[in-house]
Amino acid sequence: MQMADAPYRFPDPSGHFGPYGGVFVAETLIPALDELRAAYEACRDDPAFIAEFDYELKHYVGRPSPIYHARRWSDLLGGAQIYLKREDLNHTGAHKVNNCIGQAMVARRMGKPRVIAETGAGQHGVATATVAARYGMECVVYMGSEDVRRQAANVYRMKLLGATVVPVESGSKTLKDALNEAMRDWVTNVHNTFYIIGTVAGPHPYPLMVRDFQTVIGQECLLQMPEMTGRQPDCVIACVGGGSNAMGIFHPYIDVPDVRLIGVEAAGEGMESGRHAASLTAGKPGVLHGNRTYLLQDDDGQIIETHSISAGLDYPGVGPEHAWLKDSGRAEYVTVTDQEALKAFHDLCRLEGIIPALESSHALAYAARLAPTLPKDKILLVNLSGRGDKDMHTVAEKSGIQF
Amino acid sequence: MSKIQSTFQRLQATGRRALIPFITAGDPAPELTVPLMNALVEGGADIIELGVPFSDPMADGPTIQRASERALANGMTLRRVLDTVREFRTGNAETPVVLMGYANPIEAMGVERFVSAAREAQVDGVLIVDYPPEECESFAQAAKDAGLDPIFLLAPTSTEQRFRDVARVGSGYIYYVSLKGVTGAATLDFDEVATRIPQIRAQVGMPVGVGFGIRDAESARRIGEVADAVVIGSRIIEEIERSPRDRLTANVTAFLREVRTALDQVEGAVR
Ligand SMILES: Cc1ncc(COP(=O)(O)O)c(C=O)c1O
Repeated sequence: MQMADAPYRFPDPSGHFGPYGGVFVAETLIPALDELRAAYEACRDDPAFIAEFDYELKHYVGRPSPIYHARRWSDLLGGAQIYLKREDLNHTGAHKVNNCIGQAMVARRMGKPRVIAETGAGQHGVATATVAARYGMECVVYMGSEDVRRQAANVYRMKLLGATVVPVESGSKTLKDALNEAMRDWVTNVHNTFYIIGTVAGPHPYPLMVRDFQTVIGQECLLQMPEMTGRQPDCVIACVGGGSNAMGIFHPYIDVPDVRLIGVEAAGEGMESGRHAASLTAGKPGVLHGNRTYLLQDDDGQIIETHSISAGLDYPGVGPEHAWLKDSGRAEYVTVTDQEALKAFHDLCRLEGIIPALESSHALAYAARLAPTLPKDKILLVNLSGRGDKDMHTVAEKSGIQF
Repeated sequence: MSKIQSTFQRLQATGRRALIPFITAGDPAPELTVPLMNALVEGGADIIELGVPFSDPMADGPTIQRASERALANGMTLRRVLDTVREFRTGNAETPVVLMGYANPIEAMGVERFVSAAREAQVDGVLIVDYPPEECESFAQAAKDAGLDPIFLLAPTSTEQRFRDVARVGSGYIYYVSLKGVTGAATLDFDEVATRIPQIRAQVGMPVGVGFGIRDAESARRIGEVADAVVIGSRIIEEIERSPRDRLTANVTAFLREVRTALDQVEGAVR
């Protein structure tokens, strides 16, 4: 694990990225966050912690993940060359596990025997349950009751791994409500419980900590791309739900000049339909889940329900660092519809023999839009954040197939 | 002196404790909020905490979550909450009203617009659950400049440094959360409260109200032995939930009056 260097220095010591981020929580959570910040700072400075994290990533997750040149697909698109960072090959099938290992290690150091997590699609829940099993910790996963119904296979996986899955019935019964419920559990059981947040959101120090644990993705790319292509890519493209896979691959590139960073949000049924999950593109700054960031909200400041074919992008907020990268202009944010994501999903299956996650398919779809507009010697690096096994039911249903 | 401060002064002069009930505006129906506020005053409320509903009430337990969901389903908004206070004021000029809610609806309205609208509606205080002192110094100042008391929470786990932070930015009273967890949780540790409240009172120089977990006359009386004020929320919401419409205000008044009577048995100054 390598930490961020100068000159990009965010967050500030109180967890702010410009006007975003911070610690917007009830007083009851302040001591828990103080304790976590102190513990995490100690881990961050401890070579033994970093060595253990690197060991786990290598031997348990299977890192480094390779980079793959999607040559047939690039040829067909007829423009820039597309390279894929294969986070789909990680244990548990997505980038999420990098962060879960890091946080579970912090939890162990803090002497907390119980971990909790929120999950939407179930990927972060599965990764947390996996790591909890590996470390012998009690694990409780909060999941909106709507999502429990939609993601039955992942619910069963978590149970196999020994976790308790708690369906959340409040609010819109989806990811944001699961997060609320996990926070409520944490504030009640903080003496023995560590809350493993699944993305670069939440109150400080979560956005920083999750970024640190995911930065391994981009750090590897910094070494792998010159080996493969003789240089760094022209564009780095990643999907953005909460923003952890994107932050993980973007962050090491922030100080590399001339590399465009492009985050892809879910346009769902189309931006004009209003049924989407594009917080940065269509949201307004506000306060939710412990930080200030762009939010999808109505005129009265109530959070609105989001829509995306991929449950992992179905979130009305976004990590505060992305809000800052947007405002500062260092990263660009674009949108891709369900339809475009599905087409990219099928193309990658047929042309490259890789079944991508629907979340990652959004990043792929944007690469497919961009590549033909660029010359053949340009290089696009796409974060293939996860594999699509979990999405079989969703895709089959779209094609009118019942198992 | 603010209306909240003078209310506490008046009570302290006669050795009484403040009774502060909480209801969510718009629950069970927008047109019942003012009648319920009047019912609370009739039952002996000294200050009313009026909840502004939010879609993601992270710090609340199931009871207040349900109230918030009902209120939103009824079309309650921050603007309409302010209208409600204005309407309440046509019949009651004295009882201080504190708005309690989350930051986002206020930021969506704009802090300056909110503060002046709240002032104009004769709101007396604001308690924003997810605005800890370090994130809202400018908001707290804007509120004070408009004559609104910014009220802050302290918890059993708060350090003495937190006492000082809250004393610096807050005014009116301190809301001491008497247990770990969310609103409506069950157990209340009287001994813990009895040792902490005097420490806080000594350091913040403001009255201290205790809330979270107070459910009946007896627990209110015991808290009243050591605190300046008792806040009751979830238990009143439950009363609202189980009352038929034609008994709603009467039941709420009756419940609160019982608490008032018990609280008035506490004699003398806060120890
Ligand atoms: C494969 C995959 N990619 C992306 C995401 C979105 O999360 P984030 O934006 O934090 O990377 C998820 C979330 O479940 C996911 O499973």
